[in-house]
Amino acid sequence: MNLFSMFQYTFLLRAFIVGLLITLAVSLLGVSLVLRRNAMISDGLSHVSFGAFAIATVANIAPIQFAIPVAIVASVLILKLNENNKLHGDGAIALLSSSALAIGIMVISVTKGINTDVNNYLFGSILSLSTNDVIVSVVLSLVVVLLFIFSYNKIFALTFDQSFAKSTGTNVELYNIILAILCSITIVLGMRMMGALLISALTIFPTLTTMQVYKSFKQVVIASSIVGMICFVIGLSISYLYATPSGASIVIVNLVAFILFKLISLFKQAKY
Amino acid sequence: MNLINVNHLTLGYEHQEVIKDLSFTVEKGDFITIIGANGSGKSTLVKGLLGLIKPMQGDIQYHIDTKQIGYMPQETKIDATFPASVEEIVLSGTLNRLGHRPFYGKKERKLADDSLALLDILDLKKKSFTNLSGGQRQKVLLSRALSATRELLILDEPSNNLDFSSREEFYKIIHRLNKEEGITILMITHDLDMHAIAGNKIIAFEDQEIFVGKIEDYRRKMHESL
Repeated sequence: MNLFSMFQYTFLLRAFIVGLLITLAVSLLGVSLVLRRNAMISDGLSHVSFGAFAIATVANIAPIQFAIPVAIVASVLILKLNENNKLHGDGAIALLSSSALAIGIMVISVTKGINTDVNNYLFGSILSLSTNDVIVSVVLSLVVVLLFIFSYNKIFALTFDQSFAKSTGTNVELYNIILAILCSITIVLGMRMMGALLISALTIFPTLTTMQVYKSFKQVVIASSIVGMICFVIGLSISYLYATPSGASIVIVNLVAFILFKLISLFKQAKY
Repeated sequence: MNLINVNHLTLGYEHQEVIKDLSFTVEKGDFITIIGANGSGKSTLVKGLLGLIKPMQGDIQYHIDTKQIGYMPQETKIDATFPASVEEIVLSGTLNRLGHRPFYGKKERKLADDSLALLDILDLKKKSFTNLSGGQRQKVLLSRALSATRELLILDEPSNNLDFSSREEFYKIIHRLNKEEGITILMITHDLDMHAIAGNKIIAFEDQEIFVGKIEDYRRKMHESL
């Protein structure tokens, strides 16, 4: 029994470390996505990665390593669709994402039948990560966080006013692609933890929550990574204690945080 | 000294020509006002000058570093709920000086402060953009452009959305930047008040043609046509 609880302990510890890093990366990138009104991209990408995960499972190849390149291609495609207003960017994203989801479900149900794999990919199960997944997740989320920090000022300029950034010589196309790649990586990683249906919530919530109270970009970036990580820890603890699905638990905690911040902002307004 | 030569420029989107065969020069110290009805091609011209769209025909020759063109967009194009401090916005104007350095240094911070001081809004530095009035936002966006350059500014309808007194104040500032700081100005306006078109040159998008020339000549032409 002792051995068993210890095993559980390291298992959980591992989940916490990976989850915290992914949450940090997702919350950072979420700020730019939400403020550029591109939040739907994360939703689209998560569904595309679900399709990729499903195909990888059936073909017996490493899911994360397969899904990341697929998601990167999809994100660049979505970026181009979004730039071209004529094609109804949001409609195109919805089309791509629901098709990928449908293809994923078809592939799995025809070959293996709807099983726990599908459930895990849809709703997330952080405890199902393999050692390999853990290493890949840790390394990649660290890369995302570092790249974000080093491109921070460019990301701000690009997010606030893309035309100005471009006219003063910032390589907007390059940074847009860097951002798209970073988003694809984090969303694929986050999907294992949160599931395809909930990962976009994790991208969007921390930013919208902290924006209620904080009014500078830096404050929002810092606060949303902290709020995101706190919600993750509380959510995962609830999931462990009450045996609830991890993804849904984390989203519910995020919802509570949002309501809390909204109340604080209303209270502040009332005071003036 | 010529800063920009525009030669037989045709601009547009996907085979639809918006501006046809336009030629003019921007000389150092010029104050060029661009007027015309909505959809006549004013904003298209600005996009062309900023390199945001490519010429369909003709060309634009720059005799200054294209990074030294400061742009002030219409205030309404900027998301008013965007969480950003004035300092963050004005600092972002100095991004063209960073090159491959990732972070701002003392020089950039000083430049941003100078740009705020030039417009007398240093006291707004720590304020949030969300909480400012329309006139204050315009000044912040102008400060950002001044952080990017002291050579050439392109202003897109800066008087939009301003009440009468802030508009007057804003024009005074722009004239001062042109006269005292020697900054070359290109300004789009749909404000046909003579006040607004008080620069030295004008580009007027009219029904059939584009008038390019001195303000006095344009006034004379308008007077004759009456």
